[in-house]
Amino acid sequence: MRMKWTGMLAGIGLALSCGTSALAQELTIFWAEWDPANYLQELVNEYEAETGVVVTVETTPWADFQTKAFTEFNARGSAYDLIVGDSQWLGAASEAGHYVDLTEFFNKHKLNEVMAPATVKYYAEYPSNSGKYWAIPAEGDAVGWSYRKDWFEDPKEKEAFQAKYGYELAVPKTFKELRDLAEFFHRPDENRYGIAIYTDNSYDALVMGVENAIFSYGGELGNYETYEVEGIINSDKNVAALEIYKELYKFTPPGWAKSFFVEDNQAITEGLAAMSMNYFAFFPALVNEATNPHAKNTGFFANPAGPDGDQFAALGGQGISIVSYSENQEEAMKFLEWFIRDDVQKRWAELGGYTCHAATLESAEFRNATPYNEAFYQTMFKVKDFWATPEYAELLQQANQRLYPFVTGDQGTAKETLDALAADWKATFEKYNR
Amino acid sequence: MTTAVMATLDPKSRAAARGMSDLAIRNLFIIPTIAFLIIFNVFPLIYSLGYSFTDFRASMNAPARFVGLANYRELLNDPFIWSNFVITAKYVIISVVGQVLVGFGVAMLLNRTIPFKGLITTLLLLPMMLSMAVVGLFWKLLYSPNFGIINHALGLGTFEWLSDPDMALYAVAIVDIWMWSPFVMLLSLAGLSAVPKHLYEAAAIDRAGPLYTFFRITLPLVAPILMIAIIFRTMEAFKTFDLAFVLSSQPTTEVISIRLYKMAFQQWQTGMSCALAYIMLIMVLAITNIYVKYLNKVKER
Repeated sequence: MRMKWTGMLAGIGLALSCGTSALAQELTIFWAEWDPANYLQELVNEYEAETGVVVTVETTPWADFQTKAFTEFNARGSAYDLIVGDSQWLGAASEAGHYVDLTEFFNKHKLNEVMAPATVKYYAEYPSNSGKYWAIPAEGDAVGWSYRKDWFEDPKEKEAFQAKYGYELAVPKTFKELRDLAEFFHRPDENRYGIAIYTDNSYDALVMGVENAIFSYGGELGNYETYEVEGIINSDKNVAALEIYKELYKFTPPGWAKSFFVEDNQAITEGLAAMSMNYFAFFPALVNEATNPHAKNTGFFANPAGPDGDQFAALGGQGISIVSYSENQEEAMKFLEWFIRDDVQKRWAELGGYTCHAATLESAEFRNATPYNEAFYQTMFKVKDFWATPEYAELLQQANQRLYPFVTGDQGTAKETLDALAADWKATFEKYNR
Repeated sequence: MTTAVMATLDPKSRAAARGMSDLAIRNLFIIPTIAFLIIFNVFPLIYSLGYSFTDFRASMNAPARFVGLANYRELLNDPFIWSNFVITAKYVIISVVGQVLVGFGVAMLLNRTIPFKGLITTLLLLPMMLSMAVVGLFWKLLYSPNFGIINHALGLGTFEWLSDPDMALYAVAIVDIWMWSPFVMLLSLAGLSAVPKHLYEAAAIDRAGPLYTFFRITLPLVAPILMIAIIFRTMEAFKTFDLAFVLSSQPTTEVISIRLYKMAFQQWQTGMSCALAYIMLIMVLAITNIYVKYLNKVKER
């Protein structure tokens, strides 16, 4: 009997000791559920092969990514060691101490030179121009466009377009051309529609869509250093930009008032729309014949320019940060050192991840790897983003409340909408003493 | 006094052998429940009342600052919050009225001898037993303008149930009616079967018409139990979240609890959302009170 007890105890002891040692060599990365997270899992499997450290990429659907991450942060939970968080979170997560300060790491590895400048500015630094870094740019992303090459290249369509608009049917270079093309291809009788844009108002989809127009029209959302918004968000440029976005909505397929990346990709795969706005991260599905029957006929272009020739796009994408409450911070730091290595970044791009590594981005190999990489490369050097202040979610809610009824419901004018939004934002910044 | 009312312990039982008194056993059963209620219900309730007077944000480390009634003032002055309340009221009225009509109607149909009555009643109760989120997801498919079976069956072409801002709230209410009418039906059925048969016989002898019988006998006698069903459904409809959240993100379907969720867990305005939760609580209490008063009146008759 005694032997049995000793044996059992020894067994339990062994199991426990194995358990703890295994724990020390495990890292958990939290991200949203989408293809890039699968590519990241493939990448970190190679880290495991190299070092023996098991890295797991845990995911959750986009709709509750923000809520789940911040619930864990607020509870000071150690479930995640690293997190690939949205660029808007930087303010909230850094001011509340949820992220480990990576400034030293950043400077030591000269990451502001290694990574593309826009990605450093929007994925890593907070506050703007402070020289303080909280994340390593991981997945670069921005909004681009896909289009139906076969419809654009059809000689009959070309002739009809030339007759109607007086210039050649081609990939749009300006928002004006984008609008004309959307109108031209909008044929509800044939179950063909002009354009697919973002309209979902539950998080940042609609705002991102409108930003694409605003930034290319030369407008801004406000001054990110002084928090001034009056006369900036409701400038004449922005009013014109919002008007054109609303006009584009007229040429969308039916039921387009709650659409985001899934619906916009469907617009192409189902042959519904001539052009579709989406994040570059979702384009791999469009060149894959298994997921898009029109894969061979799908082309891509960067967000077009505004009337004054300005050309920008709304930023997506994320940086990777270490969670302050992680018990494996040292191990996480080692992982980041591996992650920023040139060869690893190159491998990351090969697997399908959108690297922010400047040298990899600039290489001809990357730019020719897919039909959309060139557009991505061009876009990543002219992106702008939403506010990253801790109260960004309130700013988003206010923007949705004002923009949505105007764009989809035909209520009020663009000027009234943006004036009201300027007042909302001003009040919010005053409330937080910005 | 209390101990006198309680049955005495059987002297041969194990508890008695252990020397536990009646009082000890009572405490053993009650204290965990009370403790649970205090820890998970009463304490958070009072704690959040405190937070509702501060600018606390759970996502930040800054300490909570007392702001008095500022949160309440700001919320009650916000036209968007008021529109959320109006939407909620509209939703409650549509869905509760719909449930009572459908539920009571089906109960009337079932309140007679028909073959397989038990089986039919059980099958009709199925919607109620499903998860809200699942119901929301599959109704979203049923409503789809491109391949949904509803448009196909009704020959509506590409009618947009959920993305048409004017229709969306009705579409959500229809799902709620589908799901919860069985609940009203079940309670009504219990009420209907309790109506004494001799009343109907007396009415028949007096040559009362079916309408007269319904309004003078059936309805008044079923009313108390129907009121209970209405109270439950109103409270639930007022707090509704899952269905509207899963089905649609239209501003016209943003009921107050969705707004509360966004405020609390997307924007992390903890203090402000506590204040909104309290405003909701007071409203639900007030509405319920009116009903209960009415229910007591009905019972007295």
